[in-house]
Amino acid sequence: MPDHPATTTKQTNQRTRVALYVTCLVDSLRPEIGFACVKLIEGLGFEVDVPKGQTCCGQPGYNAGHWPQARQVAKVQLRALEGFEYIVVPSGSCAGMIVNHYPKLFADDPVWLPRAEAVAARTRELCQFLVEHKWSPAVSRLSARNVSPRKTWAYHTSCSCRRETRSEEMGAQLLTDAGCIVGHMKNQEVCCGFGGTFAAKFNALSTRMGQNKLEAASQCGADAVTAADLGCLLQLESLDSGAFEFRHIAEVLADQVGSQHPANEDERCS
Amino acid sequence: MTGCTANQFVPQSETALQDSALQQALSHAQTGFVKKRAQAIAMVDDFELLKFKAQAAKRNALSNLGELLEQFEHKVIESGGQVHWAGTTDELNACVVTLCSEANAQRVIKGKSMIGEEAGLNSAMEAAGFELIESDLGEYIIQLAKEPPSHIIAPAIHKTRKQVAALFKQYHALGDRGLEAISDLVNEARSVLREAFLTADVGITGANLLVAENGSIAIVTNEGNGDLSATLPRVHIVVTSIEKVVATMEDASDILEVLARSATGQHMSAYTTFFNGPKRERDVDGPTEFHVVLLDNGRSALLDGPFEPMLNCIKCGACLNHCPVYSNVGGHAYGWVYPGPMGSVLTPLLQGLDAAEPLPNASTFCGRCEEVCPMGIPLPAMLRQLREQQHQRKLEPFTWRMGLSLYSWLSTKPRMFPYCQWLLRVALKMLPKRLWPAGRKPIQAQGNSTFMKQWSQQSDKRSQSGE
Repeated sequence: MPDHPATTTKQTNQRTRVALYVTCLVDSLRPEIGFACVKLIEGLGFEVDVPKGQTCCGQPGYNAGHWPQARQVAKVQLRALEGFEYIVVPSGSCAGMIVNHYPKLFADDPVWLPRAEAVAARTRELCQFLVEHKWSPAVSRLSARNVSPRKTWAYHTSCSCRRETRSEEMGAQLLTDAGCIVGHMKNQEVCCGFGGTFAAKFNALSTRMGQNKLEAASQCGADAVTAADLGCLLQLESLDSGAFEFRHIAEVLADQVGSQHPANEDERCS
Repeated sequence: MTGCTANQFVPQSETALQDSALQQALSHAQTGFVKKRAQAIAMVDDFELLKFKAQAAKRNALSNLGELLEQFEHKVIESGGQVHWAGTTDELNACVVTLCSEANAQRVIKGKSMIGEEAGLNSAMEAAGFELIESDLGEYIIQLAKEPPSHIIAPAIHKTRKQVAALFKQYHALGDRGLEAISDLVNEARSVLREAFLTADVGITGANLLVAENGSIAIVTNEGNGDLSATLPRVHIVVTSIEKVVATMEDASDILEVLARSATGQHMSAYTTFFNGPKRERDVDGPTEFHVVLLDNGRSALLDGPFEPMLNCIKCGACLNHCPVYSNVGGHAYGWVYPGPMGSVLTPLLQGLDAAEPLPNASTFCGRCEEVCPMGIPLPAMLRQLREQQHQRKLEPFTWRMGLSLYSWLSTKPRMFPYCQWLLRVALKMLPKRLWPAGRKPIQAQGNSTFMKQWSQQSDKRSQSGE
């Protein structure tokens, strides 16, 4: 693909359609992460679509035991996400919900189970998608640029990336491939204490867990923290006294490539 | 221990977080368990295979539980022992008290038993006038401290060495002797316990496994206290629960393969003993009476239901050792006998959903417990299922119930949802700092508007420019 960028991108209707499932947290709080995702996915030569019908994956209700409601929410997402070659999610947590838990929610529903399974099979956590399509700043048709000053990143492998989508090593790999300095954070398999409603219901406990994580980040010499889940990053950011910069892995990776929009570059090529 | 204070989990956990001695004790012990387990598993060619075999043994046992228990009873009687059935913890306590009275016992030595803890056996025995001494070092320490265990395999894990030394100074005639090193503490306890072993009339132990094919019970310890409690006194009473039965010695060994590795990171515990009936004619030692008291206490009701996998639990404690919640607050915060993830499932099941409302919720669903469970118990899924039952029974706090319902409802309305996202951004901006949870910096929304809004504006532009 990088050899012939113009031929693959000129006829946009023939390009593989990728749905970006932006997630409710990114949508409302950190829209830049969504744009970073678009940049990374388009950089691989895909056409990005952001299906309008998407809202929230339904995990808050599902995890609280509101299962009939969670099914209704899931149906709305499935309707919006059907028909795409890939569904890319910048969150291990929301991707895990779609991949692992939607099929469980519809286990006894002969109509919706195949639909849930079809979407689940096409859903990727962002890092999974990037690794699957051999992303690196060099592969990206955009010129790599060095972002200064060089930071040391603490990469927090979110529990969802580790145990739901099993893509925790991919994140670390992508960061290294992109030329980032990644500190070796200890206790990576330990939770940061977010856990959705957990953080609110058990604030003191969640706070201690988050502080432990920040301590580990500090011990590895990092001055910035990244993760593939915004929930974890917000949890840690709310407990930090200003020692760290917090950025989603999509933003960190996107920063490692040029800022020009790929479409413009295509025009130049043609 | 019968009182359940699981509903006080939040204040109890907050107290625990502020307890510096507890925090010190927890940090040392937890990392040790985690490291040792990882090493033990790395040394096995295929731990997944061992897990598979152990789980198969258990599955087989649970699907034939009734038959196997009858076979077990038959074999125990055949080997000269007796089996007693206890539907409830009260029945178990009454049974043990009766057996001790019939044996004209005064002094009772006891090995570690979680079933004993579940039943509150010690207080029942003391109330009935027996002198009972715990022989497991950890149990002995918390018996002196008059505290419940805080871990299912390391009951005194919450105590620092200094605290233990202080307890021994208080209760033992130490004179000027100092107890600085751990070996001093162990020797001190040993000298007191040896005396107790030799003078006890009855020995009570738990059991890790019951073998149906020959009526044996297996006890796993690292101190040998179970063996001394079982063999020295003239009566041996085993208090255990029905789900511990397996079909064969082969099945038992399959489970033992994963037990010590998961629990303490050993290949085998220092002592793994199979006891079979009372002393025979040509035996040099052993009790003259051998009793097994089998507790149900709600377990059989779990069979064939969504919580049946919980009966797979072999009480190894791996889920506690790897739990980020347990490792920060310790076991007492959970308010009943079983702490950590397995306790957060078992306590509501055995004590009632309304007696342990916070426990199923005190999890981030990080999934580490399920990852380390050698018996394949889907602990997060069980906790989620309990939350579902709490929701059904309207046990969750009203504000949460309403808030989450509203959010779910909005999530089914793609046209309305963007306004809710916009509202969140505004609300975060307006919210006074004092309304944020204590100790947290307010989170602000970034950018000019939501992603969806910005994206639709951009794609309009893109399509206008003829892309």
